[in-house]
Amino acid sequence: MLLAAVVGSFAFLALDVGQLFSAESAVQMWKYCGQFFPPDLSHAYLVQAWRGTLETIAISAIGTLLAAVCGMLLALPGSGRCGLAARWVARLVLNFLRAIPELVWAALMVFAVGLGPFAGTLALALHTTGVIGRLFAETLENAPPESARALELAGAPAVTAFLYGTMPNVVAQFVAYTLYRWEINIRMAAILGVVGAGGLGQMLYMSLSLFQQPQAMTIIMAMLVLVAIVDGASAGLRRWMEK
Amino acid sequence: MTPQATPPARDPAALPRFALTAVIVLLLWPGFKLVEFDPGMLFDPRNRETMGKFLGTFFPLALSADFLRLVVKSTLETLTIATAGMTVALVIAAPLSLLVTRSLSVSRIGPGAGRWTGRVLRVPVRLVLMLLRSVPEIVWALLFVRAVGLGPAAGVLAIGITYGGMLGKVYAEIFESGDTRPTVALLESGSGRIAAFVYGMLPVALPELVSYTVYRWECAVRASVIMGFVGAGGLGMQIELSMRMLSGGEVSTMLIIFLLLVMLADGISVGLRKVID
Repeated sequence: MLLAAVVGSFAFLALDVGQLFSAESAVQMWKYCGQFFPPDLSHAYLVQAWRGTLETIAISAIGTLLAAVCGMLLALPGSGRCGLAARWVARLVLNFLRAIPELVWAALMVFAVGLGPFAGTLALALHTTGVIGRLFAETLENAPPESARALELAGAPAVTAFLYGTMPNVVAQFVAYTLYRWEINIRMAAILGVVGAGGLGQMLYMSLSLFQQPQAMTIIMAMLVLVAIVDGASAGLRRWMEK
Repeated sequence: MTPQATPPARDPAALPRFALTAVIVLLLWPGFKLVEFDPGMLFDPRNRETMGKFLGTFFPLALSADFLRLVVKSTLETLTIATAGMTVALVIAAPLSLLVTRSLSVSRIGPGAGRWTGRVLRVPVRLVLMLLRSVPEIVWALLFVRAVGLGPAAGVLAIGITYGGMLGKVYAEIFESGDTRPTVALLESGSGRIAAFVYGMLPVALPELVSYTVYRWECAVRASVIMGFVGAGGLGMQIELSMRMLSGGEVSTMLIIFLLLVMLADGISVGLRKVID
């Protein structure tokens, strides 16, 4: 059955495997690869790539921050604190936000606010709100209710009881979730730009569209370095926190 | 009564908390500039008109027979891109993962020639696997669209390369993490590496291998929709085209189909994995 699925797939796509892996196309592919070397390492372009990298980090950071705030606001009704109807509506909104991938949101946001990093920020914020809001809501539901109850019974207003009774139990988890999503969003922000939403992705898309392969190679290298640094930092941080 | 006995009316931790918030805001402030943060853009009359018109056309859904036929065709295309891509990935990953698996190395058993060559040879293979998987699939797709033209071939190659790198690494890890004693015993008693792999390692690792591969196939379905946005065929390409033409009804129909497709792939993947376990 699996074999049939595989053969069927290749047949449906009408991929000419022989053509794809023929000597002629191999030569062409090799030539195409050659155009990417050497990467453009001139000072002026490196400065641009640095700016693109900073923009990518900023998009991810602001997007995640907005998402943490909006996610918190939606998580409160989402955890069933404002009645069952509110819980249902909030969960529906969160699920909807989460179901649409970042890249689709980005393509939509480019219509809403025009090309540029702001569209990418909003796109990341929308999708991440869905993810973070659900995680926050679940954390709130699982938080031990005793301390907040005790404060309420002692006469504290609901807001104070929440801030001093519930929050201390969950804030570490919230921070952990937010940082974890930020890490994912840095990677995402690097590529969101291919639909015009700013950052390194947009630079890559433009240089490829203008057939500037050496510049494209520089940007790809910048992406790899950025991801490697993020990976290293997150692994280091985790090891440090486990100690 | 000593002054300490009266509890302070204010939260003693308020000041440090406020200071921490201020530091974070200061650190993020240049970020707001860099991303051209401007909520006013959302309410800019020109943008609002475009977006309003666009969103207005989201309903009713586009359900004409011609369009539905196109959607079915591109949905099938997406599924086949994922499947064909996974096949390419398997072809790349299987030999490379065998090469980097240390337990399958004959030269490791005893002092002899080739011990160091083996070790040195595994390094470049590891590097290749890393390179393949660290470039995001959508970047590979962008590159391949320019190399082999618009259409599903670029998507298949992009998925094949990225997932080949991932599968290769994970397969090697699965081989190593399982019980390697049967393999080593076979090797030490003089069997060939292929035989040792097939009879010693594969039986132990097979369920996990298949389960991971099925899970990756599910990811490939999602990825192939995304890659369509840069012209690599399938449902994503149609969504992009409809967005360009501002025909919201078509976009919303295809988004719904996309969600159903993801749910279907998820269901198939869970079902298959249950069968395996």
